[in-house]
Amino acid sequence: MSIIDIINNPVAFVGDLLKSVLGGFLPSWATTLILMILVVSVILGFLVFTMLFMTWMERKVVGRIQDRLGPNRVGPLGLLQPIADAIKLLTKEDITPVGADRVVYNLAPIVVVIPALMVFAVIPFGRGMIATDLNIGFLYIVAISSTSTIAILMAGWGSNNKYSLLGGMRAVAQFVSYEIPMVLAAVGVILLTGSLSMGVIVDAQASLPFILLQPIGFLIFLISGVSEVNRSPFDIPEAESEIVAGYHIEYSGLKFAMYFLAEFISAFAISAIATTLFLGGWQGPLLPPWAWFLIKTYILVFVMMWLRGTLPRLRVDQLMGLAWKVLVPLALVNIMVTGLVNSFTRTQGWWGIGWSGSLLTALTFLVANFLMAALFVWLYSSRRPAMAGGASAQRA
Amino acid sequence: MLSDYTIIGVFAIVAILFPIAGLLTAFVVRPHKPNPIKRSTYECGLETIGETWVQFKVQYYIYALVFVIFDIETIFLYPWAVVYNRLGLFALVEMFIFLAILVAGLIYAWRKGDLRWV
Repeated sequence: MSIIDIINNPVAFVGDLLKSVLGGFLPSWATTLILMILVVSVILGFLVFTMLFMTWMERKVVGRIQDRLGPNRVGPLGLLQPIADAIKLLTKEDITPVGADRVVYNLAPIVVVIPALMVFAVIPFGRGMIATDLNIGFLYIVAISSTSTIAILMAGWGSNNKYSLLGGMRAVAQFVSYEIPMVLAAVGVILLTGSLSMGVIVDAQASLPFILLQPIGFLIFLISGVSEVNRSPFDIPEAESEIVAGYHIEYSGLKFAMYFLAEFISAFAISAIATTLFLGGWQGPLLPPWAWFLIKTYILVFVMMWLRGTLPRLRVDQLMGLAWKVLVPLALVNIMVTGLVNSFTRTQGWWGIGWSGSLLTALTFLVANFLMAALFVWLYSSRRPAMAGGASAQRA
Repeated sequence: MLSDYTIIGVFAIVAILFPIAGLLTAFVVRPHKPNPIKRSTYECGLETIGETWVQFKVQYYIYALVFVIFDIETIFLYPWAVVYNRLGLFALVEMFIFLAILVAGLIYAWRKGDLRWV
């Protein structure tokens, strides 16, 4: 194994080393099990580190956007701030409010973390750096990540607080609504790939990333993804100015931290999934694959923080209107257009004839997406005389 | 095939144990001095008036119903999308008809004003 291979996939190198060492005195099933536990622990450690780094990054980025410095007291550039926060939250008194449903109240912060972590079982971090490349990878992600809604409703319900309950109900309505455009936007990619496996989806983007074929699909996925992980401007369930903090209002200490762990890890997960589906995953020249994956994912994470620093929070009716009246019809039309253009480009034989074919395919898709966008802008334009859609209907 | 899913099981166990371990550590480390004022429900300094578990408007349930329809639709769309390149024009037309029926349902709900949040 050359040094390049080790840099490209350090996990496989360490794994092979351990396998040869452990295989000497342990039965093979025990070696496999220990390696699996190690892989999961490495991913878990990486995620906790990511979460700590993202809290620091968020405060720095939003601070800079708001013309502040952000944390700069604890450690160089405030880098140790997350550690200080973690110690503070760990040693903070935990308060269970009177009248709370104790079982549900205490179970919710545990349940909310589980789906956020489990999504990463099928995310390809680099070439061969995937815990398990399930053939139903994306369906697994959709199935697992949607269960976090239950945990948030549990928190809202169990706290015995009106604000919490309102936040929980809003969260369910919002997550349920935005899940539809999110999964519909991904259908375009699955249609082009012909597989639900995350590894195959990345391999299919070797010549050109799907963002060039599915720009509108990418936008729909990103918008509904930001909403799914409950980040500003879609943070209606925890709107500070209306319902104080929504479903986690009564939580303190490490239970509160669990919600933030889940929220940041989910934000990272959505960025990672969008990277895998649309930005070519770990594909890229020169740098090792895992570096490309991290760069692309962190660009999307930065975009999320940028959105938070730029846009004001939506109203509830605007939020639901955006999901059902704009994103769902757009995603449905996107599926139809993708199906048609895909058939067209394939019958023309443009797939798999080098970069000129890729260029023609990408151009066709771009033109189709542009026409689709133009149609929707025209349909929803408020200058048009009253129609069922758009701004005029929302005012009615 | 099955070994693909073993690691999902390991993942699930570790993902369940991780928050429990964290909360147990916090339970050992943190102080525990509850009093009635600390434990009162947070509501801007006032006592909560009336029941917490209030009635909700029917709007939420209508959205839930529309969600179920579209969620099941995606279950049908995914297998179609996976084998799309191997199927002919027939599957494309058929899926267009299926989508058209659903869009008709969406437009119906829209026209009825069910998608308007009041």
